[in-house]
Amino acid sequence: MIELQHLTKRYGDQVAVSDLSLEVTEGELLVLLGGSGCGKTTTLKMINRLIEPSAGSVRVDGEDVSQLDTHELRRRVGYAFQQVGLFPHLTVGENIGITPSLLGWTEDAIRHRVDELLALVELDPETTRDRDPSELSGGQQQRVGVARALAAKPRVMLLDEPFGALDPLTRGRLQDSFIRIRRDLGVTAVFVTHDMVEALRLGDRIAVLDHGRLVQVGTPGTLLREPADDYVRQLLDTPRREARLVDALLSHGPGPDSR
Amino acid sequence: MSAQLALLPEYLTAHVQLTLLALLCSAALSLPLGVAVTRVRWLEQPVLGLAGVIQTIPSLALLAVMVPLLASMQLQSIGFLPAFIGLTLYGVLPILRNTVTGIAGVDPALQEAARGVGMTPRQRLWRVELPLALPVIIAGLRTATVWTVGIATLSTPIGATSLGNYIFSGLQTRNYAAVLVGCVASAGLAMVLDGLVRMVEVGLRTRRRRLVGVATTITVGLYVFTAVTLAAPLFSNADRPVMIGAKGFTEQYILASLLDQWVERETGRPTAQRQSLGSTVAFDALAAGDIDIYVDYSGTVWAHLMGRTTVGGDRETVLAEVRAFLADEHDIHVAATLGFENAYAVAVRAIQAEAMGLTRISDLVPLGPTLSMGGDFEFFSRQEWVAIRDTYGLTLSNQRTMDAALMYEAIAEGAVDLISAYTTDGRIVAYDLRVLEDDRGAIPPYDAVVLVSARLARDWPDVLAALGRLEGMIDVESMRSMNLRVDVDGIDPSTVAAAFITTLGDSR
Ligand SMILES: Nc1ncnc2c1ncn2[C@@H]1O[C@H](COP(=O)(O)OP(=O)(O)OP(=O)(O)O)[C@@H](O)[C@H]1O
Ligand SMILES: [Mg+2]
Repeated sequence: MIELQHLTKRYGDQVAVSDLSLEVTEGELLVLLGGSGCGKTTTLKMINRLIEPSAGSVRVDGEDVSQLDTHELRRRVGYAFQQVGLFPHLTVGENIGITPSLLGWTEDAIRHRVDELLALVELDPETTRDRDPSELSGGQQQRVGVARALAAKPRVMLLDEPFGALDPLTRGRLQDSFIRIRRDLGVTAVFVTHDMVEALRLGDRIAVLDHGRLVQVGTPGTLLREPADDYVRQLLDTPRREARLVDALLSHGPGPDSR
Repeated sequence: MSAQLALLPEYLTAHVQLTLLALLCSAALSLPLGVAVTRVRWLEQPVLGLAGVIQTIPSLALLAVMVPLLASMQLQSIGFLPAFIGLTLYGVLPILRNTVTGIAGVDPALQEAARGVGMTPRQRLWRVELPLALPVIIAGLRTATVWTVGIATLSTPIGATSLGNYIFSGLQTRNYAAVLVGCVASAGLAMVLDGLVRMVEVGLRTRRRRLVGVATTITVGLYVFTAVTLAAPLFSNADRPVMIGAKGFTEQYILASLLDQWVERETGRPTAQRQSLGSTVAFDALAAGDIDIYVDYSGTVWAHLMGRTTVGGDRETVLAEVRAFLADEHDIHVAATLGFENAYAVAVRAIQAEAMGLTRISDLVPLGPTLSMGGDFEFFSRQEWVAIRDTYGLTLSNQRTMDAALMYEAIAEGAVDLISAYTTDGRIVAYDLRVLEDDRGAIPPYDAVVLVSARLARDWPDVLAALGRLEGMIDVESMRSMNLRVDVDGIDPSTVAAAFITTLGDSR
């Protein structure tokens, strides 16, 4: 469904993404994992041509994206931005309904879809629909951003840390809803996160990047059992390490050597 | 005051017409241009640079420059068109600059989000960039609105009626009520229009549909009013009025009123005036047929248009040559010689003249380096001054250009020793000045002549005949006393003119 071939992005001398080849099959969710500045956002944006690659190619649904009209492509691909980017001059409802309105949906259909999505991301349609985005909390804005990406029922989604600003409980519930929607609609997605539990929970496969390079790609089980290197091992070990820390805290109380 | 207020509908309407149309065109030019500049980056510097240069031209000069420019293109060179074009150009910069700044200032993350949700470049412009840049663009529009309303008062000297008519004629005839009405009306108009733009902005920002609706309705109403009042003359089948011009000084206001009332009384034709025209603007307007009648002076034509500097031409010869020159070169005709001369002269305070024994210009020559002189806006650049300077070999310590009305105050206070005066000026008597004799005949004679356009001479023989009956009817004492009544007694020029006409009786 999504094929990246030898994808490279250079900014002057600096290489943000280096010779990246990956495939995401139909209905699959691929998690992009890696430290800050390792090229996750750059990769995501090259898929819907918000950034043009320096070399390599991207295929979506078998079509080379460089041959497509950018706006046609982007209307088919839902994108949730890391910085959210809600339009401040539009209401929450108008923000969510923007891609459907560009696609020429009827007002009724748009209103219906907006309310449905607001409920899905656990915001009350009645009180939220007509508010300004600036009146929402950061986490609420982020949820609206996800709803906006989902609005036109895309078959391909790119999500850049979509639940990063949420409390753990809300995050857990939204992850559940997201898993459900994906199943129902058969969405193919690339999902960036720093949260290892989220990666393990949502990802069919996980790709680990380091300094723009692909270090390893595989199912969560593969990565846990056979990490390609130390970096991957440490990364994947994070949840267990944290669980041990919690256990230690519970049995001994906080102390200098609680690790 | 009530006489002034009676003129308000005409002046205000004209001012509104000029301002609103100019603003509309400024916006129509600069918004697309501003958008284009943000798309085609290399355009930004040249376009903003050019707009900036236009802005640095003093507004009065920019308007004045339109006159010869349009004349060279064979277009209507005085009146509405040059004022409208000048004002339009002036309003471009603030709107253009703010459009560019506003669009460039849109958060890049939002620009990217707009692309990310699938907008085409056009949709991005209309749905994201323009709405987000709107407050900045509106701020530019408000600046342009206030500037345009203010600067429109300067269109009077290039023949476009505006609230400036109050201000220019008021300053010249020391009618401060008129100046006040002009200033208050123009400030009021600026506030109202600015308020309307602000209402639209606030309404859009706070999504108050009704506020936007009200402001838009009023604005549209004003434009409809403008369109209707501008178009009305095109559809009325009334005769085009006989258009009488006046330059911007007291005597000209009186004579224009006098000719206006005379023509109306004698021929029954509708008349109208274009007041406070620049000196060359009046002549160009007559040559172009934008006005039909105005009064000029034989020596002015002789020295300026004919470029003659021959010293000591006598009245009859100069008049005959001027008449022939105007008819041959410009198809302009002398309908009458009014009977008085209004020469440029050098005047000095009577007490100073006595103390220093001054009676002739020659007497100034040895004292020249200790004397300062005030001249009106034109004087020191006129042929007459060059002729005086060269014929007598006169050098002065200091030459100061000032408003004619203030010149008399200046000499009365001793701020200057000499001034350029007009021989018919009532203030010569009122301020106790002495006119120095032009003993070497450097200054040509200045017979007041009624000039008429070729069209008037051809199409309106009754008007031509009526003007002919004024031949020799105004002597220098009459003119001086009429000037005095306006300049010193503060009586309205049209009242003074009316009083004079009654003394002429029925000439038919
Ligand atoms: N416009 C740009 N010009 C120059 N360098 C850039 C530009 N955009 C990104 N980079 C560099 O490319 C690298 C990858 O950036 P990217 O945004 O893809 O990181 P990321 O993996 O998304 O990081 P994070 O987890 O912090 O969001 C970084 O080193 C960044 O400094
Ligand atoms: Mg990122």
